[in-house]
Amino acid sequence: MYQITVNGESKSVDVAADTPVLWVLRDHLDLVGTKYGCGIGQCGACTIHVDGTAMRSCSMTLEQLDGKSITTIEGLSEDGKHPVQEAWKEIDVPQCGYCQAGQIMTATAFLEQNPNPTEADIKNAMHGNICRCASYNRIYRAVEKAAENMG
Amino acid sequence: MSKSTIQFSRRAFMRTSSLAGGGMLIGFNLFQACKPKVAPPVDLAELNYNDFNAFIKIANNGAVTIFSPNPEIGQGVKTSMPMIIAEELDVAWKDVYVEQGILDTKNYTRQVAGGSQSIRHGWDALRQTGATAKQMLVNAAAARWGVDAAECSVSEGIITNAAGETLGYGEVVNEAATLEVPEEVTLKDTKEYKIIGTDARNVDIDKITTGKPLFGLDYKKEGMVYASVLRPPSFGQKLISYDDTEAKAMPGVIDIIKIGSKLQALLEDDPSFGSKISSSDKVVVLANSTWQAMKAKEVIIAEWENDVLMESTANHDQMLTGFLDGTQFETPRKDGDVEKAFKEADMVLERTYESPFLPHNCMEPMNFFADVTDEKVHLVGPIQTPAWKAGLVAKMLGREEDEILLEMTRMGGGFGRRLYGDFVLEAAEISDAVRKPVKVVYSREDDMGVGVYRPAIKYRIKAAVKDGKLTGYHLKEAAINDNMYGLIPNFFPAGAVENYQVDTVSYKSNITTGAWRAPYTNFLAYAEQSFFDELAEAMEVDKIQFRIDLLKKVDAEADERIQYAPDRMIKVIEKAVEKSGWGTKPKGVYQGFVNYYCHNTHVAEVADVEIENGTPVVKKVTCVVDCGIVVNPMGALNQIEGGVIDGIGHSMYGDFGFDAGTPMAKNFDRYRLIRMKEAPKVEVHLMQNDYTPTGLGEPTLPPAGGAVANALKAATGKRIYQQPFMKNPELLKVPEEPIIG
Repeated sequence: MYQITVNGESKSVDVAADTPVLWVLRDHLDLVGTKYGCGIGQCGACTIHVDGTAMRSCSMTLEQLDGKSITTIEGLSEDGKHPVQEAWKEIDVPQCGYCQAGQIMTATAFLEQNPNPTEADIKNAMHGNICRCASYNRIYRAVEKAAENMG
Repeated sequence: MSKSTIQFSRRAFMRTSSLAGGGMLIGFNLFQACKPKVAPPVDLAELNYNDFNAFIKIANNGAVTIFSPNPEIGQGVKTSMPMIIAEELDVAWKDVYVEQGILDTKNYTRQVAGGSQSIRHGWDALRQTGATAKQMLVNAAAARWGVDAAECSVSEGIITNAAGETLGYGEVVNEAATLEVPEEVTLKDTKEYKIIGTDARNVDIDKITTGKPLFGLDYKKEGMVYASVLRPPSFGQKLISYDDTEAKAMPGVIDIIKIGSKLQALLEDDPSFGSKISSSDKVVVLANSTWQAMKAKEVIIAEWENDVLMESTANHDQMLTGFLDGTQFETPRKDGDVEKAFKEADMVLERTYESPFLPHNCMEPMNFFADVTDEKVHLVGPIQTPAWKAGLVAKMLGREEDEILLEMTRMGGGFGRRLYGDFVLEAAEISDAVRKPVKVVYSREDDMGVGVYRPAIKYRIKAAVKDGKLTGYHLKEAAINDNMYGLIPNFFPAGAVENYQVDTVSYKSNITTGAWRAPYTNFLAYAEQSFFDELAEAMEVDKIQFRIDLLKKVDAEADERIQYAPDRMIKVIEKAVEKSGWGTKPKGVYQGFVNYYCHNTHVAEVADVEIENGTPVVKKVTCVVDCGIVVNPMGALNQIEGGVIDGIGHSMYGDFGFDAGTPMAKNFDRYRLIRMKEAPKVEVHLMQNDYTPTGLGEPTLPPAGGAVANALKAATGKRIYQQPFMKNPELLKVPEEPIIG
């Protein structure tokens, strides 16, 4: 039995020690906004925040969390109106939409660290997240827009 | 405004009813309506509302809900199709709610996402449905006022009569529901449009950005168990035996079973699906969580039997070349005599282009839910062809089609992969065996390693030039399993060259293959457009004028087989020249041009390549599109940008093959997809006209690879004849003295 803090709430989960956080969230806590894409940390669809840092939940076990606090897309904001979410809506980024939670989580953590990014900063930060529909032009514009709105 | 009378009784595809608690429900059969000459299939009096595949619900408070019938794979039809209805219904888009419709298994002909045809086929039916509903509401208001319906006007769901009195849709909806469906309605003129042609955001945008359950993988039902399926690791293998002792002892594992007999019986009876799914027995782990199911699968020890020939990319390569050198072709189009043209030519140019297999790699791996009980078969998940799959499941399980309830979810990408639904059959066979609600989940390795791939293809193109004119054009295709279909042999330059021939031949492989975003043209466009550039160079003529001159020779009215419209294509080319600054770029910017027609849409693209750190980099693509009336420009631009970048990504990096039947990659560590830093800026220009809208999910992808190949030639001086372009890195090296471009 593990105690973890997800989106500000303490949860206890009874899973095998090696279960990736991704599947704890999806199958055991019904938080399906965090997506499975590759399971090996290559695509970024499963990105969450661990104490504010963007991490790949598919490649991380509960043991490795060690009391740290998790934020998922469901807990990014109370009303869905985080400036990054708002920018994503304004630019109308998604096509299929599957990777976008991971994109938003990566962008949010990045902008916290770097509120005034250059073009190269944004492209570097978002390079690890695959969008198979290739909505990259809009992802870029939404990150740029969010930086403006946050600044 | 235009009167519109459809060619059969409107009642054949529309019915209305009162809703319990007030309001009106309009059911219509969109896909039957798309084929107006098809007779209604059943006695109308016996139709119930399950027989319709699309609905408009108007509540007492005036709220309008449209149940969008077409599967949503990211191409935006869940937004754009309801926009068309809302336009003719004359309601404010902000007051419209859109929900995904449920599939039923009777009386539709096209509930499919594929071929970029949703908007094109739905255009008339969607407009007529909206206009019919509006007319009924107006008739109800006019009856209440005791006035002529013709004196009433409508704006944003408010009906106004000549005296200035008003009634909202919600106020007359109960009466409207009892009225006869009118046989003739008036459609708006394009100038009157308030919704069509305006930007609408993805209707699911709030759910997507907050992580709400939308996709098949997110679906859950009480008592559901997770299934991970062990399939043959190599193509050409069949299961002989397996040992599940260790797997069975693992935590969370509920059961381990073997499936296959029902599928095998289905394939014997209906072999059409045989190139889409392995007929081998499979071992299924059922567990309490996805992770436990996937982990237990890894420790099953299975013994496989090999086919005589375990196929490799090297064999395919030899065989396809052998076919091109041989004579066993089918000839879908032959004009004049190409052989004579070659004999009489001043110059003959022949080139061969090759491309590998490609996996689809939808970001949401394949998955499906099935719950088979004595009463019904409940299926839920992401599928592009719900009707086809419901029929196959009924046949496989020996059930009636009306026992199948299939619910479509939003899809995390399709690209053709979810046309096949091999995973639907697996889920149904498993749930039928264990009689539990089951979710089959593919790991990424399953998804990439057991695909229905874009087949490897080679094209050989030969042209004859005499007296400075193109006199002969011979296109040969050698592909795995299938060949280019239908209308492609009638694409450009068919009709532009007196002696023109298309030959196809295929090798029957045990590797499963199928459609991949813009089937065949996704590679053919690059081959042909590279060839046109090279031919123009050899003829010492201007590359773009060469294409325009050919288009001007086409008499599309005299030859009904011709699919493209030369005049529309020429306008697109001219716009692309203007907008891309073709020929006016500063030193160091190398441009490549392509024009292409497919999926009923005309496109031209110009790629700008610059050299960074000694390497050519695609910086920008200018894309001009003629898709007729644009329903939702904001969605259209997204499709176009994505199509271009997807096309570049797969042309540059997409490489997939087999060694003794085993896929060379099973995850993104060994398979490269385009990412943010490699994605160029895409600048889009839409042609403005009143033509019937055509699709955008596919047609901007095929030209992109050709535009990049032609720009790379300008930058490096080298022609590339093989995809992916990264396969031959020496061709991407820039000479020390850059070419003056």
